[in-house]
Amino acid sequence: MINEIGHYALVLALATSLIVSIVPLIGARRKDAAMMALAPMGSIVMFLLVLLSFAALTWAYVVSDFSLRNVFGNSHSMKPMIYKISGVWGNHEGSMMLWLLILVLFSAMVAFFGRNLPDTLRANVLAVQGWITSAFTLFILLTSNPFLRLNPAPAEGQDLNPILQDPGLAVHPPLLYLGYVGFSVCFSFAVAALIEGRIDAAWARWVRPWTLAAWTFLTAGIAMGSYWAYYELGWGGWWFWDPVENASFMPWLAGTALLHSALVMEKREALKIWTVLLAIMTFSLSLLGTFLVRSGVLTSVHAFATDPTRGIFILALLMLFIGGAFALFAWRAPMLKSGGLFAPISREGSLVLNNLILTVATATVLIGTLYPLVLETLTGEKISVGAPFFNMTFGLLMIPLLIAVPFGPMLAWKRGDALGALQRLYGAAGLALMAGLVLYYIENGGPVMAVFGIIIAFWGMFGALTDLWHRANFGKLPFNVAWRRLVGLPRSAFGTALAHFGLGVTVLGVVMVTTYETETVLEMKQGMAADAGGYSLIFDGIRQANGPNYTEEQGHFTITKGGVVVADTWSSKRLYTARQMPTTEAGIVTFGFSQLYVSLGDPTTSGGMVVRIWWKPFILCIWGGCLIMMIAGFVSLSDRRLRVGAPTRRARPAKLAMEPAE
Amino acid sequence: MTRKQKRLTIIAGGMSFIIAAVLLVMFAFSQSVAYFFMPSDLATTEVSPGTRIRLGGLVAEGSVKRGEGSTVTFSVTDGSGTVPVSYTGILPDLFREGQGVVTEGAFDAMSHSFVADTVLAKHDENYMPKEVADRLKEDGVWQHGEEATTQ
Repeated sequence: MINEIGHYALVLALATSLIVSIVPLIGARRKDAAMMALAPMGSIVMFLLVLLSFAALTWAYVVSDFSLRNVFGNSHSMKPMIYKISGVWGNHEGSMMLWLLILVLFSAMVAFFGRNLPDTLRANVLAVQGWITSAFTLFILLTSNPFLRLNPAPAEGQDLNPILQDPGLAVHPPLLYLGYVGFSVCFSFAVAALIEGRIDAAWARWVRPWTLAAWTFLTAGIAMGSYWAYYELGWGGWWFWDPVENASFMPWLAGTALLHSALVMEKREALKIWTVLLAIMTFSLSLLGTFLVRSGVLTSVHAFATDPTRGIFILALLMLFIGGAFALFAWRAPMLKSGGLFAPISREGSLVLNNLILTVATATVLIGTLYPLVLETLTGEKISVGAPFFNMTFGLLMIPLLIAVPFGPMLAWKRGDALGALQRLYGAAGLALMAGLVLYYIENGGPVMAVFGIIIAFWGMFGALTDLWHRANFGKLPFNVAWRRLVGLPRSAFGTALAHFGLGVTVLGVVMVTTYETETVLEMKQGMAADAGGYSLIFDGIRQANGPNYTEEQGHFTITKGGVVVADTWSSKRLYTARQMPTTEAGIVTFGFSQLYVSLGDPTTSGGMVVRIWWKPFILCIWGGCLIMMIAGFVSLSDRRLRVGAPTRRARPAKLAMEPAE
Repeated sequence: MTRKQKRLTIIAGGMSFIIAAVLLVMFAFSQSVAYFFMPSDLATTEVSPGTRIRLGGLVAEGSVKRGEGSTVTFSVTDGSGTVPVSYTGILPDLFREGQGVVTEGAFDAMSHSFVADTVLAKHDENYMPKEVADRLKEDGVWQHGEEATTQ
């Protein structure tokens, strides 16, 4: 019964979304308040219906109702409760339901928080959200319906892929989708602006919080996914340039660019057309990511099932939305008046540089990801574009960006003074140089590129702090006055500095791990010791253990430094009984920012075990930096200027600027 | 600077950056793209030692030998050809005889055996590397379907 209610609610959601797609649009043209008012109401109804449907599916998982084919295929009655719940989105149908739920959540939030938007803009934005909702609800109902029944109902399910049986599954997909799908709001705002044929600084002010929120969640989601892959797969890698990772990374890069270009538009009314284009591109990349991951053109842990109709359906949606948006853009964009002059060396200039580099970097990642697919479709030739390609292109492109980052916030709007900024950054440069040389000395040398990378990382961190230092005027004003100025700075200034600082931290982690990590693969017998990163690991032997739905071989390692025991860890191989599938559970020991990573291999003929030991110096900086960037996002979001509903002083002049630009 | 000059400076700077990026991408492609081969292809195509390729196929039954330490040797086959592969490290959890596998590496100039530095992990017990599955279907050696449906 509950399943039928869930199914029916989904059908009703489709009907509602069709109404929201059409009626408010007509209302906005005719300036009909009643028709436009349908948009926020309908969006909230849509959200409630999808929520009900999602709750019904979750309930089926909780009570292990194997009469649903989806539950049968992906759950097991013995599975721990947390994985029963998070297992709802651990499969194709359920993850599309989560996608849809988050989409309508954003629609409802725009409806709820968007009360200060002009009525027509709100109606148009919600109508565009309605189009996306109808398309994806239709996709779920026609090709990926989670409410299909099995008759007779099997007694036991097939269990969830063991790699997904991890707390990461409870966090990673929702966070990632909040980011991915959150960009739909920027897309809807851009398309609505094109429909209305006018755009101004106020538009940018409304879009920025949504961009920022989506970007923040996407940052968290990607970092979480990276950490999950790191500890779960047992390979010790944190980023593989796998097409699926790229699928989430491209919207992040484009979203970062959008965040910066919207800033120019908000403050200076420049880059209007570009910002609209970027908003469309960012969500298009999200859709492309959904296509790559969900259609089965790529095989990975994310591609749950391959069914050609799904791929074709998503491809059609992709064409429709991306093609439609770009066509609308080509038609309407020339109507948007561009404004705001600036010198090449200025805050705007630096943000343009940021956008240029980020977009080109996105394009290289896109080419590297799609080229093998396109080549195979056209010629049947199979190639793989792997990490070396991306490291070379993306890595080199990032160098000028990372060098430029500290300059940006130092330059004035309209016309900046590069020399003055450089003078203020002398201190940061000196400290970065020293920190780089100190680390180089501690690590006993290494390639020259490594020192360069470390210096760039510290340059980013100290540069961000210098920005705050100068804004508060430390050094010129007495300390307590400067302190009060620092505390009184707008939150967005802290957000900028924190985010740039976090970027530096991540870069530091990346450079340190790629240059100084050590990997040892060896055969170990009981009592043998091996060295890594200045520590000594002693293999104490293997024992058998049983989990709720798996059996496990656990190896115990004692870690000593200078003869003193400092830590111990278990590293194990699990066998999940329902699917007869083995997984590796690595033993990870943290020392400061660095980690020792031990994974077990197979037994050797001579009675030992193959053991793989990594020393990962400063690896936690990679995710730590992302965490800082995420916090920076929330700090910025809490800025009064961006807080939705806060009175905007420039509302009147903005109204004037909103006249159609014909 | 005049309005026109400002705009030109920005456009020229942007264009030169984009051209540099395009050249970089082309160079990186020429350096790092790995072509996919199956054992039978290697009979007809010469792959010079040291060229990175991907080699895919099935792990031949009875071919996996764990030698001294952590080096493993096995053969990759596709029914009509077999290539010996050596790999040092830990094999993916789902590496089994008779299962599909993709390895990446290069032929050794001295021994003419394939030295892999990567053996691709599979995330699922039903997983067959796509390149391998496509080719095996074409060649009619595909037998994986039954196994996938019985469990």
